[in-house]
Amino acid sequence: MDRRTFLTATGAGVLATGCPGLVLARASTDARLVVVLLRGALDGLAAVPPVGDPDYQRQRGPLAIPVSGSAGSALPLNTDFALHPALTGLHAAYKQQQLLVLHATATAYRARSHFAGQDWLETAVGDPQDGWLNRALAVLPGAITGEQGIALSSRVPLVLRGDTPVTSWAPSRLPEVDADTLDRIAMLYADDPVLSVRLAEARNADQLAGAMDGTGPVFGPQSFARLAEAAGRFLVAPDGPRVAVLETTGWDTHANQGAAQGQLANRLTGLDQGLSALRSSLGSSWRDTVVVIATEFGRTVAVNGSRGTDHGTASCALLLGGAVQGGRVLGEWPGLSAGSLYQGRDLRPTTDLRALLKGVLQAHLLIDAGALETRVFPDSRQVRPLQGLIRG
Amino acid sequence: MDIAKDQVIAANRFGLGARPGELAAIGADARGWLLDQLDGPSSPPAAVRNLPSSAQVLAEFQAVRGARRPGAADPAARDKGQQIRGVLGPAYRDQVFARYRAAAATAQPFRERLVHFWTNHFAVSADKPPVTGLAGGLENEAIRPRVTGNFADLLLAVERHPSMLLYLDNQASIGPNSRLASRAARFRRGDRKLDINENFGREILELHTLGVDGGYTQADVIGLATALTGWSVGGGQGRLRAGTPGEFEFRAAVHEPGTRRVLGKSYSQGGVDQGEAILRDLARHPATARFIATKLVRHFVADDPSPAAVAAVAKAYQASDGDLTATYTALVSVPEAWRDELTKWKTPHDYLISGLRALNAGPQRPRDVVGALMLMGQPAYRPGSPAGWPDRAPDWAGADGLMKRIEWATAVGARAGSGVDSVALGQAVLGSAFGDHSKTWISRAESRSQALALLLASPEFQRR
Repeated sequence: MDRRTFLTATGAGVLATGCPGLVLARASTDARLVVVLLRGALDGLAAVPPVGDPDYQRQRGPLAIPVSGSAGSALPLNTDFALHPALTGLHAAYKQQQLLVLHATATAYRARSHFAGQDWLETAVGDPQDGWLNRALAVLPGAITGEQGIALSSRVPLVLRGDTPVTSWAPSRLPEVDADTLDRIAMLYADDPVLSVRLAEARNADQLAGAMDGTGPVFGPQSFARLAEAAGRFLVAPDGPRVAVLETTGWDTHANQGAAQGQLANRLTGLDQGLSALRSSLGSSWRDTVVVIATEFGRTVAVNGSRGTDHGTASCALLLGGAVQGGRVLGEWPGLSAGSLYQGRDLRPTTDLRALLKGVLQAHLLIDAGALETRVFPDSRQVRPLQGLIRG
Repeated sequence: MDIAKDQVIAANRFGLGARPGELAAIGADARGWLLDQLDGPSSPPAAVRNLPSSAQVLAEFQAVRGARRPGAADPAARDKGQQIRGVLGPAYRDQVFARYRAAAATAQPFRERLVHFWTNHFAVSADKPPVTGLAGGLENEAIRPRVTGNFADLLLAVERHPSMLLYLDNQASIGPNSRLASRAARFRRGDRKLDINENFGREILELHTLGVDGGYTQADVIGLATALTGWSVGGGQGRLRAGTPGEFEFRAAVHEPGTRRVLGKSYSQGGVDQGEAILRDLARHPATARFIATKLVRHFVADDPSPAAVAAVAKAYQASDGDLTATYTALVSVPEAWRDELTKWKTPHDYLISGLRALNAGPQRPRDVVGALMLMGQPAYRPGSPAGWPDRAPDWAGADGLMKRIEWATAVGARAGSGVDSVALGQAVLGSAFGDHSKTWISRAESRSQALALLLASPEFQRR
């Protein structure tokens, strides 16, 4: 009996310990969460163009995506919004009601530094010590064995860093180290509190990864799909983690951004393909999965002098997965008229990104509301979790 | 001879990791050994001296990119992208190889670490063409000759370097009322408007000088970016052809005329002088002194710098008007720097170099370093963002990163371990930091190859 089956079977016992939230515990240990960080500030107006906004074509000029009539036209979501033509997989998911869009969202950060912005995205506080996802793992209900979080990268991103043990994995080109040498290194590390823990985490991850083939690109543009595919395999492993973090870069399109085609379109294609690979490798666990796709901030509404966009404020965030109550675009649309822009230049944020994240953690991972507003997202009582994000 | 703590700290934390014999050669005055390395003019290490200049690489890149598309009759040359990679790829590889050969061999490892420090402070990333072939040029041409000079000169040289200008897209930032923009408006075709892009101005304020909390506003970003319109690179085609291909070129026709305001001060200078004046004031700003002092202390002393140490280094910077040798002298004098060994976690870059130095061996082939660094998560000259690589242990001490080091250590052990006495080698390069626990386990290894792998994987060798 694997861990998840076991916990499902003893749900009543958990209930007796006084966690009423676990009445619906069928999903509590089956639930999978993937967080995809888009570093560099995704242009939300390119990914989810507000084609119904009367100011859209004029404000975006050469970056506007044709609404209809050509091969490169936007993929409609509803009368007001569409998806970038590169996002065909996401569009299919939307039609299956497995993609939910939140537009005009931002973190609480209002300046325009990538690096401070990413710290906010990952920690939800101004003082980057540990990540909100690591803090969420610390209050995950249910019995825990092994690391519940994995980063698909050589370096653990800040969002997953903190006191709760997590692991990380990335493909290698070097030969595997033999077990005897690893055992000896474990002895060598016995007195070192950091290295002994890290080595154990890495060995667990390698064990889980054992079945993975050694082919496919380790680096380069196709590597995201490979990592996404690997993330799915970790998440379906019986003793594997339940939460995975993926990151991609290259969204900082200051010059020659392109519209239906071009630099940003190529990035979006890579993202779309990676998400499809994740879905495939999750298999039947897809129905229990939520993928959160978010970026540190948006980009200027107007095109800059080098056919790109500069750092802005609000962008979009996406929820994808079989557990998502999708097929909808959420958020109050602030409009693109000159007077409605934030500081006269950016898409105005109307929803705090934490509302989305809290809504997911509460309904999907069943994290207690009190812990959410004090520990996971400190001082966030006034930011109400979005409701109805997850299928009942 | 038992090597004392001072020598271990000087060689392994301030330097690049001891080579065999280095700890003993430092002598009693470890601080003096460091400061002596700052004396005198810079002579570039042999490994980097013969690299082609950035201007040469860029001229070649421009020639390939600008060439008329070859006819179908020439199938070998049809793929322009491939030709461009054929210029930039080898340039990158040669620069990386030279960088790590120099680092493995240098007898001035403190000075060399400072060069690397500034390259990371003024980060460009080789994943963006044509910067791929120019990243090493920024280090060797702009930074290396000024590493012990004045910060303002270093700053100006970096911001004028084609690598930085192209990385932050400044060649495409155009004053909306510049001569070029006015001319374009008269003959307007299409809907492209000519205007600035903020990237260069923002990153200079946030990452190169004041720091993100340095007290600047969005208006200052725009003011600086506007003042720097026209800072560009020579070459180009047609009417835009100007200057020497690949060299800094101030394009007056693109510069926004008029007075700019930055941090409450007006700059009425014309042309290139306007941007230079602002940069010189930024170099002198107390926030810059604090920002640079914090980064130096974090890099050389501890992840979380003490306010006293930062204040001492910032004070030396300000008192000397940005003299870097005076600043480093204060850094080396911070008492807590000498209290404990092994306070810093090595980055993969540190780890690789210290491994090569311990083995007294340069890398044999470019792919030995390019591949190893990529695998360990820190590809050479490729931080992926203008913020550079992070400099604290939690950024690097993850599970997968550790396993990749162990894989590398095992591969090196298999290749180079046969003739090595790893306990003696550990004693020679780690000195007083080499613990009995590690000695015991290394001495019990089943083979010399495994013993070397254990030494390179040991807790002491992961830190500096």
